Amino acid sequence: MSETNGHLNSRSKLHGLWALTNRELKKWYKAPIVFLLTLIQPIIWLGLLGNALNLGSLVSPSSFTIPPQVITQLQLTPTQINGLQQLFGNLGNQILQSTFGTTSYISFMAVGMIAFTALFTTMFSGMSVVWDRRLGFLNKVLSTPVSRSVIILSKVFSATLRSMFQALIILVIAVPFGFQFGANFNPLNLLGVFAMLFLVCVGLSSMFIAINIRSSRIETPMAVMNLLNLPLTFASSAFFPIDKMPTWLQAVASVNPMSYTIDGMRQLLIFNTNYTQLVWDFAYVGIFAVVLTTIGVVLSWRYLNK
Amino acid sequence: MSDDVIKAEGLTKVFNHNLVAVDHISFSVRQGEIFGFLGPNGAGKTTTINMLITVLKPTEGHAYILGSDIVKENMEVRNSIGVVPQEYTADEDLTGYENILLCADLYGIPRNIAKKRAIELLELVELTPFKDKRVQTYSGGMRRRLELACGLINRPKLLFLDEPTLGLDVQTRTATWNYVRRLKKEYGMTLFMTTHYLEEADALCDRIAIIDHGKIIVTGTPDELKESLGGDIITLSIQKDVDITGLVKKIPHVKEARKENGSYLIKSENGEVTAPLIIEALRKEGHVVTKLSLTKPTLNEVYLQYTGRSMRDAEESPEAVFAQRATMRRARQ
Ligand SMILES: Nc1ncnc2c1ncn2[C@@H]1O[C@H](COP(=O)(O)OP(=O)(O)OP(=O)(O)O)[C@@H](O)[C@H]1O
Ligand SMILES: [Mg+2]
Repeated sequence: MSETNGHLNSRSKLHGLWALTNRELKKWYKAPIVFLLTLIQPIIWLGLLGNALNLGSLVSPSSFTIPPQVITQLQLTPTQINGLQQLFGNLGNQILQSTFGTTSYISFMAVGMIAFTALFTTMFSGMSVVWDRRLGFLNKVLSTPVSRSVIILSKVFSATLRSMFQALIILVIAVPFGFQFGANFNPLNLLGVFAMLFLVCVGLSSMFIAINIRSSRIETPMAVMNLLNLPLTFASSAFFPIDKMPTWLQAVASVNPMSYTIDGMRQLLIFNTNYTQLVWDFAYVGIFAVVLTTIGVVLSWRYLNK
Repeated sequence: MSDDVIKAEGLTKVFNHNLVAVDHISFSVRQGEIFGFLGPNGAGKTTTINMLITVLKPTEGHAYILGSDIVKENMEVRNSIGVVPQEYTADEDLTGYENILLCADLYGIPRNIAKKRAIELLELVELTPFKDKRVQTYSGGMRRRLELACGLINRPKLLFLDEPTLGLDVQTRTATWNYVRRLKKEYGMTLFMTTHYLEEADALCDRIAIIDHGKIIVTGTPDELKESLGGDIITLSIQKDVDITGLVKKIPHVKEARKENGSYLIKSENGEVTAPLIIEALRKEGHVVTKLSLTKPTLNEVYLQYTGRSMRDAEESPEAVFAQRATMRRARQ
């Protein structure tokens, strides 16, 4: 025992951050089934919802036939029929374009799904705090010289990294399903998407951790989170555009940070980028992240120092 | 400052403003000794440990570990102690080796040193052949040993063991005792342990504090505690039905004598010396001793004497119950 702890002086205040973050991540990437499920889930979603609700095919030229009576009554020539069909098809596309901002609903929905997945990933990582407490792991870490903030940050970062990776998977899977990038899309925009996801995940997981950390039972935080999830998901532009919602829902959706996250990502990926809107999205989500992270970290830190 | 390894002064923890889990306890632990906290369920053992290892803040009172205040200098304390918790905290999905490295990271030990120590510790707790197996596949005894290895990764001067043999079979328990003895003898480590197994406290601890309802009732070496009961107990029967208590009480060293269910209970120091004297004295008076037995007091008697005989259905926090059940379940695997 003569070899003393000489490393103590060279140790940084953030030591243990990577170790704890990696512990969380390992649970995921080292468990083949869990990992496979995170891959399969977007396929099911995109295949099922994206295709079933393929609004684009409802209004495409080929799904559109002019009834024969109309043709005989108006004595239309084949060129005219063709032209009319084209016209209605274009009209359909225009409706799609004006409703969803893109002619491809699957692209619209895929971006919503990225945000939705991030919400769930951060929620589950928040719940893992309860398990750490119940199984005594939290107490063990608290007895080591790891800083209290590092314990919280490791949870936040692991959820964030995981969400970012899942976003990438969704995008890659969405492409063969017909994902269409916007006209002025540039691969660098992906960095913007990651920045956006980073902000929202940090904010959300800080919030979920703060909700969970005091609780030794899983039921209470579960109820709270379910209550939060519904408006966060459905009162947002994840699956349906805000301006086509009833007014009361619009009111909720227009303060929902998820809406801004999703809009920002759509601006970067599938829309004709509106930069003023994009800056506004980033500002809103940024403020949300800073406020919630501060509250979350302060609350958790206080609790851990009790 | 004294050179006690642990010095607690009026340490108190109140939960939710009304549950006094630890009630103004004071004690000190000396360098190189194994100090045992013995008490029934809910006595406040784990709460005391949690305060000493800086996980909980005391509501009142102070404690010093190797001279550092557990509240004001908590980082110094955390660096110099090792903790083996009551629960199994190792990560199920990681291997034993990975778990030890994770612990090393929590202490900021550089990787090259950590790897070397991990190999040594795995050897010490005899887990080397299983080091690359997931903890999921470990038996209760193996998990306990892994916890021990994790608790030793920062080469602590003081090691806390909370119920180190809870739910283990006799073989594993004995093996654990041997590790503890080795740590004390070979590394000069000071150990603070809690237990509710009396044989364990008797076999391992240099000194014991019996704690109940958050208060320390008595402190001493196991022998001191046994002697404090007033010596050995001699039970004897004689042929005739006459009262001989007055006669017996006159014999030197006899402290107490009473008749119970037709036989006589005699409390005496040095029972093996006193017993022949009693037989002799009775024979001179014409009494014939038909039966005689001598019992040395065990810690069992001490314990019951001080904590009473009633069982404890202490209200446990739900998480404690859950963790304990999980631990017991895995111990039996
Ligand atoms: N976090 C907590 N919140 C509220 N009460 C608690 C908490 N932790 C412990 N207690 C209560 O404090 C008392 C002492 O508990 P403690 O865990 O210290 O007992 P113990 O001596 O370790 O018992 P055991 O032998 O069962 O482990 C119990 O009544 C318990 O319910
Ligand atoms: Mg306990």
